[in-house]
Order: sequence, then structure tokens, then C-alpha cells
Amino acid sequence: MIVVNDIHKSFGKVRALRGVSFDAPDGLITGLLGPNGAGKSTTLRVLYTVLKPDRGSATIDGIDVVRDGLAARHRIGALPHGAGLYPHLSARENIAYYATLCGIDKATIDDKVNSIIGLLEISDFADRRTKGFSQGQRIKVALARALVHDPQNVILDEPTNGLDVMATRSLRALILKLKDDGRCILFSSHVMQEVAALCDDICIIANGKVAIDDSADGIRERTGCDDLEDAFVAAIQTVEDD
Amino acid sequence: MQTLLTVFSKEVVDNFRDRRTLATALLMGPLLGPMLFAFVINLTIERSLSDIDSTMQLPVIGAEHAPNLIRFLESRNIEVIDGPADRATALDAVKTGVLDIVVLIPVEFGEQLHAGSPARVELISDQANTEAERDARRTRTAIRAYSQQLATLRLVGRGVSPLILQAVTIDEVDVSTPSGRAAILLGMMSYFFIFALLMGGMYLAIDSTAGERERGSLEPLLSLPVTRGQLMLGKIAAACIFMALSLMLSLWSFFIALKFMPLEQLGMTPNFGPIVVIGAFFVLAPFILVGASIMTLVASFTKSYKEAQTWLSVVLIAPTLPILIVSILNVRSQLEFMFIPSLSQHLILVDIIKNEPLNLLHIAISVTSTLTIGAILTWICARLYRREGLLG
Repeated sequence: MIVVNDIHKSFGKVRALRGVSFDAPDGLITGLLGPNGAGKSTTLRVLYTVLKPDRGSATIDGIDVVRDGLAARHRIGALPHGAGLYPHLSARENIAYYATLCGIDKATIDDKVNSIIGLLEISDFADRRTKGFSQGQRIKVALARALVHDPQNVILDEPTNGLDVMATRSLRALILKLKDDGRCILFSSHVMQEVAALCDDICIIANGKVAIDDSADGIRERTGCDDLEDAFVAAIQTVEDD
Repeated sequence: MQTLLTVFSKEVVDNFRDRRTLATALLMGPLLGPMLFAFVINLTIERSLSDIDSTMQLPVIGAEHAPNLIRFLESRNIEVIDGPADRATALDAVKTGVLDIVVLIPVEFGEQLHAGSPARVELISDQANTEAERDARRTRTAIRAYSQQLATLRLVGRGVSPLILQAVTIDEVDVSTPSGRAAILLGMMSYFFIFALLMGGMYLAIDSTAGERERGSLEPLLSLPVTRGQLMLGKIAAACIFMALSLMLSLWSFFIALKFMPLEQLGMTPNFGPIVVIGAFFVLAPFILVGASIMTLVASFTKSYKEAQTWLSVVLIAPTLPILIVSILNVRSQLEFMFIPSLSQHLILVDIIKNEPLNLLHIAISVTSTLTIGAILTWICARLYRREGLLG
């Protein structure tokens, strides 16, 4: 369960976040939707504690991300935007490295790594060095790496960027599987259709603010637009004006 | 601690697998330096030795006017051959480089000699040509020796002691030891050692900061449930190991290179046996922490791999500057210098090579101050790794 409460963040004169609040409950997929530069990545970065908010707070399963970042990180599996792998290590070694850093004890590491390799269906290339992997293969390994310590909360920053249809489909299936496990999934995207197809709850961000936070149907209803894309544009306009 | 070890071993494995980088780090620095050094020294020695031993050919015009001088020259291993037909062709030949040097003995040489007035000999050479200058110098010395010999005989012939020409004589007393003389040459080696040491960890330092950021692997790493300080310490530790490895390699490769340098022929006996190699390693080892932390520190401020490389090549030179200055000024070990990393290691190393008794106080200060500075830099690194700007 992720709770975000009125976070603000500025980089010099640029006000990236101007009071973002939303909840992402367990067992649901929450989508963070917004145009480029809306503040999606900044919000997620605050959640996985690489950035500190100037104001406001956020909690992961009730743990404050600012006050106890280390404990919060234990409960998060994060896939940052454009996450890179270590090219000289094999996929398996990349995953095992993160598993060890997460403090999984030596006896169970192999089992954990094997099961996540099975879950993400990457056994075909698990023992190859990641140099020269396709974008799809890379995302899968990065995701496996992020999930190896079995986190309750999964944060994905534009995970489908650069993936082909097949890879997107299998990633979507995986996200649904994680949801069925009762995890809290928060993922960002700027692709309307993707969010609509997957998310139970959509939070539209624009200009560092939440424009609307509701289910797909709720958003259609509140904006009075039948087409979700029109609804998206309408919602964004409400915050861009001020 | 577990985190530190995990990061450390991952970085070591990663760096070992990167063959190209490894080759640069562990071959370029440690092996190229001593090899280059051995090559240059050998060349110098060979050239200076060849001066005395080899027979040189000397074209002479008018050799028939001074048979005694010619015989004297030949006794000095100078083989006299027929020169060009006349003075004009000789000048031309030297100018165009066909001949290096020509000696012209005029017809009146014998007459002048007989009359006791200075007999003129012409030596034609191109003084801008260093190769020719060596032969010219040798010829000049030989002719002067002949002149000296004749003058002495003349004085004796007139019943005057030739010693009258020597108003003052100098007896030189050289207190330098063969290993001391070697230190002049080998002292510069600490420059190579420090350079090789830094080279060994440079790529790892770049990779662990700017490299990770550029690859996009830094952000997911920082989102893991570990503290950043531990990540940083693991990376610095890995850089330290590669620096130590590179230092060890360069010391041993220099030890082997010395075997191929005929330094004894220059009156130098380098004190650089296996025990000195190991001793030198421990003298230089504290500098590893300074090197690893300063490189990581600088690299963590840069935005990209390329930028890091540029800045670190400056860092590569910085610690070698005090050594260079001190080598040129020829300063001896002093207590104050022992507080300066790289300089203190250099001075102690020179003392070891000179085979002088070791000043334990100096060593203690050098080790303590270098390690302290290294620890402070490491702490700063760990602090800086916490800042947000790290992600760039």
C-alpha cells in the first residue's frame, strides 16, 4: 500500500511537483498517467527514495519514505525508467547480485533466482552476458532483479517503453499475475490505451499536479467524454490553465 | 559489511571480465613504464660506451705533412682515411652531410712545428649535428693530447719541469655509493609506480560512479534496501584491490627490467632486490586508499564516462607533480615532507634504493598521515554519495 500526501519538489526554479496526492492500495494496479514532463518519474523517484520531497510525505505500507528510507526500500521493488544492467555479468548474475544486496541469505538465493527466472520466462538467456540483449530481454531481467526479494510494492516507471507487441503482452500478463498475488502495483505511462487496459485506478498527472484520480469509467463520467483520450486531454487542461 | 563485500566482489568480477579495460589498467601502467625505462637506459649506456671502444674513421687531407700526429691518432683507435681532394670539396661534403668531419693539415704544418710556433690544424665539422659532434670531440681531445705531449717534451728538452704548467691540481673525492648513484636514476621510478598504481583503479573508479549513471544502473541500485555509504565503500575497496595489484605488478616488472639494464657499467648498483620490492610495496600501499578515494570522488562529480576520463587524467598527474619537483630540485628527506602523500612515499623509496638506514619516524608519519588523508577522502566520498545530484 502506497500513500502519497501532498508532495512538492523543485529543481532550482523548475517546480516539478506542486502537491501530488494519491493512494495505491494492495491488490490493485494504479496507473500514473500524464504527458512527458508532467512529474510522473519525479513522483516515483520520491517513492523509491532516491529523491527527497521538499514538502509533503509518502508512506510505503505505513513506513515514511523520508524518515526511514531503508525500511521503505525493503518493501519496494523498483524499475526505474531506462534501468541498465551490468553488461559483463550474465542475466542470472545480475539478478543474484541484487538478491544478495537485498539480504537474501545464501542458502535460498539460488532458489529465489531460479523461481524469478521461471516466472519471467527468461531461462533461455539467463546464463548469457547481458551485453547485446534486446530491449525486451533487458526489461525482463531488470524486472526480475527488482522482484527477486519478493517486495509487496512494485513501482514501474514506463516499463513498456520500447517494447514490441509480444513483449508488452507478456509484461502485461506478469503485472496481472503480481496483482493476483495481492501486491500493490504502481506504474507510470504516457500511453493512454495501455493504462486503460491494465489499471484499476488511474491517476492523471499534469504540470506537477493531480488532475483527476478515478477508475477509467469514473474519469469518463466526470469529464463527460466518452472517449478516454478526450477525457485525458480534458483532464489535463484543467491543471494546465493555472 | 555484507553489502560492502557483495559490492566489492561484484565490482572485482565485473572489472576482470572487461578485458580491454583490464589490459589498459594492468598492462599499460605496470609493464610499459619499466620497459620504456629499460629501453632508454640501455640506449644511453650503449651510446656512451661505444664512444671509447669503437674505432672511428677520420678523413684527413694532407696526412703526409704530419706523420707523427697520424701515428698518434691511430694509437687512439682513430683510423685515418684519405679525405676529399681539397678544402672546398671538404667544406661542401661536411655541409651536405656526406662526411661528418674532416681534418685538414696544411703544407706548412711541419715547418711551424719545427720552428716552435703553434702549428695550425683545421677541423671541419657541423656543430649543429650532434652525431658528428661526438666524433669531433673525440678528435679534438686526441689532437690536444698530442699537443700536450709535444709541449711537455719541449719543456723537458729545455730543462724545465713540465709540472710548472700545473699551478693547481684537483683531487676529486666522491663519497657517493654505487647504490646512491643508482638512486639518481631510479628515484624517478616512484613516479612510474604511483602512476601505475592510479591507472590500475582508474577505470573502476569511473565505472562505479559516472559509468553506472550513464548505463542507467545507478538508480535501480540506489533503490535497493542498502545504505549508499556501504555501496560506495565497496566500490572504493574494489578500486583499492586493483591499485594494489597494479602496484605489485609494476614493482616486479621493474625488478625484472633492471636485470636487463647494464647499470654496473655506469658505476651504479641498484639496491632493488626482492626484499626491497616487498618493502617498497608496503611503503607505497597507504597511498592506495588516497588514490582510490580521490579518483572516486572526482569521478562522482562528473556527468559522463568521457568527462570522468578527462578529469581523472588530471588526477593521474597531480600526485606525481611533487615527486617531479623534488627530483629536479634534488631535495633530501625532511620531516615536513612526510605529511604529504606521494611525496613521502617517494622520498622513503629513494632512501631504500640508496641503501640508507631507514628513518622509522619518517615512515610512521608517512603511513599515518597518508592513511588519515585517505580515510577523510573516503568519508567525503560516502557523504557525497548520499546527495540527490548524484543521479545527474
